[in-house]
Amino acid sequence: MLRFILKKIGVLLPTFFGVTVVAFIFIRLLPGDPVMLMAGERGMSDERHAELMQQFGFDRPIIVQYGSYMVDLVHGDLGTSIITKKPVLEEFLTLFPATIELSLFAIFIAVLVGLPAGIIAAVKRGSFFDHTVMTGALTGYSMPIFWWGLLLIILFSGILGWTPVSGRINLLYYFEPVTGFMLIDSLLSGQEGAFRSALSHLILPSVVLSTIPLAVIARQTRSAMLEVLGEDYVRTARAKGLGPSRVIGLHALRNALIPVVTVIGLQVGVLFAGAILTETIFSWPGIGKWMVDSIFRRDYPSVQGGLLMIAAIVMLVNLVVDLLYGLINPQIRHNS
Amino acid sequence: MRRSKKLFAAICCASLFSVAAMTAQAKTLVYCSEGSPEGFNPALYTSGTTFDASSRPVFNRLVEFERGTTKTVPALAESWEISDDGLTYTFHLRKGVKFHTTKNFTPTKDFSADDVVFTFKRQQDKEHPYNKISGGQYEYFNSMSMPDLLKDVVKVDEHTVQFLLNKPNAPMIANLAMDFASIQSAEYGDTMLKAGTPDTVDLEPVGTGPFQLVAYQKDAVIRYKAHPDYWAGKAAIDTLIYAITPDASVRYQKLKAGECQVMPYPNPADLKAMKADKDINLMEKEGLNVGYLAYNALMPPFDKPEVRKALNMAINKQAILDAVFQGAGKIAKNPIPPTIWSYNDAVMDNPYDPEAAKKMLADAGVKDLQTKIWAMPVQRPYNPNARRMAELIQADWAAVGVKAEIVSYEWGEYLKRSKDKERDGAVLLGWTGDNGDPDNFLAVLLGCDGVGSANRANWCYQPFEDLIQKAKTVSDPAERTKLYEQAQVVFKEQAPWATIAHSIVFEPVSQKVIDYRIDPFGGHIFYGVDLKE
Repeated sequence: MLRFILKKIGVLLPTFFGVTVVAFIFIRLLPGDPVMLMAGERGMSDERHAELMQQFGFDRPIIVQYGSYMVDLVHGDLGTSIITKKPVLEEFLTLFPATIELSLFAIFIAVLVGLPAGIIAAVKRGSFFDHTVMTGALTGYSMPIFWWGLLLIILFSGILGWTPVSGRINLLYYFEPVTGFMLIDSLLSGQEGAFRSALSHLILPSVVLSTIPLAVIARQTRSAMLEVLGEDYVRTARAKGLGPSRVIGLHALRNALIPVVTVIGLQVGVLFAGAILTETIFSWPGIGKWMVDSIFRRDYPSVQGGLLMIAAIVMLVNLVVDLLYGLINPQIRHNS
Repeated sequence: MRRSKKLFAAICCASLFSVAAMTAQAKTLVYCSEGSPEGFNPALYTSGTTFDASSRPVFNRLVEFERGTTKTVPALAESWEISDDGLTYTFHLRKGVKFHTTKNFTPTKDFSADDVVFTFKRQQDKEHPYNKISGGQYEYFNSMSMPDLLKDVVKVDEHTVQFLLNKPNAPMIANLAMDFASIQSAEYGDTMLKAGTPDTVDLEPVGTGPFQLVAYQKDAVIRYKAHPDYWAGKAAIDTLIYAITPDASVRYQKLKAGECQVMPYPNPADLKAMKADKDINLMEKEGLNVGYLAYNALMPPFDKPEVRKALNMAINKQAILDAVFQGAGKIAKNPIPPTIWSYNDAVMDNPYDPEAAKKMLADAGVKDLQTKIWAMPVQRPYNPNARRMAELIQADWAAVGVKAEIVSYEWGEYLKRSKDKERDGAVLLGWTGDNGDPDNFLAVLLGCDGVGSANRANWCYQPFEDLIQKAKTVSDPAERTKLYEQAQVVFKEQAPWATIAHSIVFEPVSQKVIDYRIDPFGGHIFYGVDLKE
């Protein structure tokens, strides 16, 4: 097992190095000069422009800039935002809990709904339910998030008035953040109604963010289940007179879950990508919105740092999934 | 009997307390702002979003713009004198002005000349201990040419301060009303420097303004409370909250749901519904801006005024107004908006006359002209859709035989490339005023110093330059007005730009809001605003 883990980590290191290069190059490949953008229509003299480029270190050869970036990175320093003048890591860690809270809730909804929907669709293959789930999944997968979010806001917040429009909590509640997770902080605050308010604010954005993963999980569960249901051991279990719930729940689902777990792990990347739009629509103060702003402002250190952190988290989650996979199916461990 | 008296007294007390509690109920105004501020020191930044969150609620300046106008009025300075040579400005400061008390700082002294010197020396003097703090970029101070202009800021006594200039500059008072000139506390600066945390000054602001910062959560919310000892009287609103809501459609939904009472920058498509909503008061005001198409006067045939004029006459501005501004604009004939003093209404705009334009081009010897129209890649109040505008101009010019290609670049690139003196084609751009002074438009955008920079027309015309330079040195407003009026006549004769439009700014506010005024500078100001019970 230890060898398996070390091997996996060994693959991650060059990937991480590759990510540092991509993150560094990506933002610099985009056209646009961060200093000119800061000045806007107002403009600035060439001397002042040169002075600022020097101050930020952007006048140095790109390889020297990368070298100094890597030296700082090894020391745990992701740099300082050229816009807010705050350390990138500090900004990231302040905003990250909001994204995690939203993503966890979204994946919870996706699994809670997607898994049973996929199982039932597979068991009742060809039925009306199956067709509905598969059509719904295809629609969900192809739904433009921005439009979908606005539609839900107009319907549930504007017309029906069931949910708040945006934000993380009713602004009349005020307490210092302790963990950064609004559900936990609202409970810790002891203020009456705060938790309920935080929860109601979480519903719409997490439904929107869960749409694509839900569709993927439902489809993956269905196809994995269909495959497993046709296996000999399932037929044997049935022939031995086991009840349908035991056959499906114990024998089929357990084996069908292996690829589904992998897919759930891969959805972490999808969630981060979806968070960019979801957070913008729902005024959710997470890293998605922060990354978009940083890219528009060509805030090189923030974009580099943010990309790197997101990539590291996605890699870490996938490592955990790989390890889980190995635990569930020891054959994989031995083969690798 | 005694028991019933006690009961009566208890009921009376309870009633009184509940009345008192009702009247004392905190008034909270929620403003759905469009984005997060970059920081809380307005001297370090240039965006309106940052000023809305910092200089306007938290700070004061020596002079300020009267709410809803471009008129400068006394603020932290009660009065001032200007020396005859225009080189010395003496300000007499208001007494008894209190700074905010925060968890990290309790002021021991009132506002004084030391604070004024601290504020300006930080930006001017590269050796000042605070000059390099928080990145040390004072772009507004620099772009208003303050380093060249300002010789020194001197404390005369506790309540008198002098600004010594290198050359006379009539817009100086208006400059000092700008956000970058917000007065910081010298005592707070010293305290934080001694504590080894000087950047706290820019993160946890201490000002003299009507509201003090309570908490800020990036991309989520900014909270303020009314400054209890505000020199002009405590604000009617006890708690001011900025709910950061980047999407305009979502802001509108929040306003409708009562989650906020004021929102900026509505979607033009939502204006009709807002107008029809009885709970919303859709306020509007002419913006302090101008959208224009700048020719490159250094490149033939645009070096000839008659060619530029002919091209202006080929443009159907009304069609642009209808299609691009959807009625939320006004045709521009001068390079300054009508809300600025000295606007010359007697100037006649170039009429839309394609036939005459064709003839003028032929007379100027221009045949089969091919050029470019530069379309901005971003949306601005003075130009909500540059691409569409460019397409309309392209079609208008095609009708007079001029073939134009539309080009666009990423915003930073666009700003950089459009400055090039050898640029091919005419650039769509615009300007929003900083201080309500005509100099801020005419000298910045059309002065000879700006060629190859903010003067995108690369137009340096001596008779015009003489007028605006003279107006800079004259302190008599009537004389300045006359000079700027003449400058606008010269501008129209020479036509370095096609002046397109001045936008109309819309701000939907809840009907519960009392006395909100649209700021001509595009700011959002909540002192003086109240809420209906």
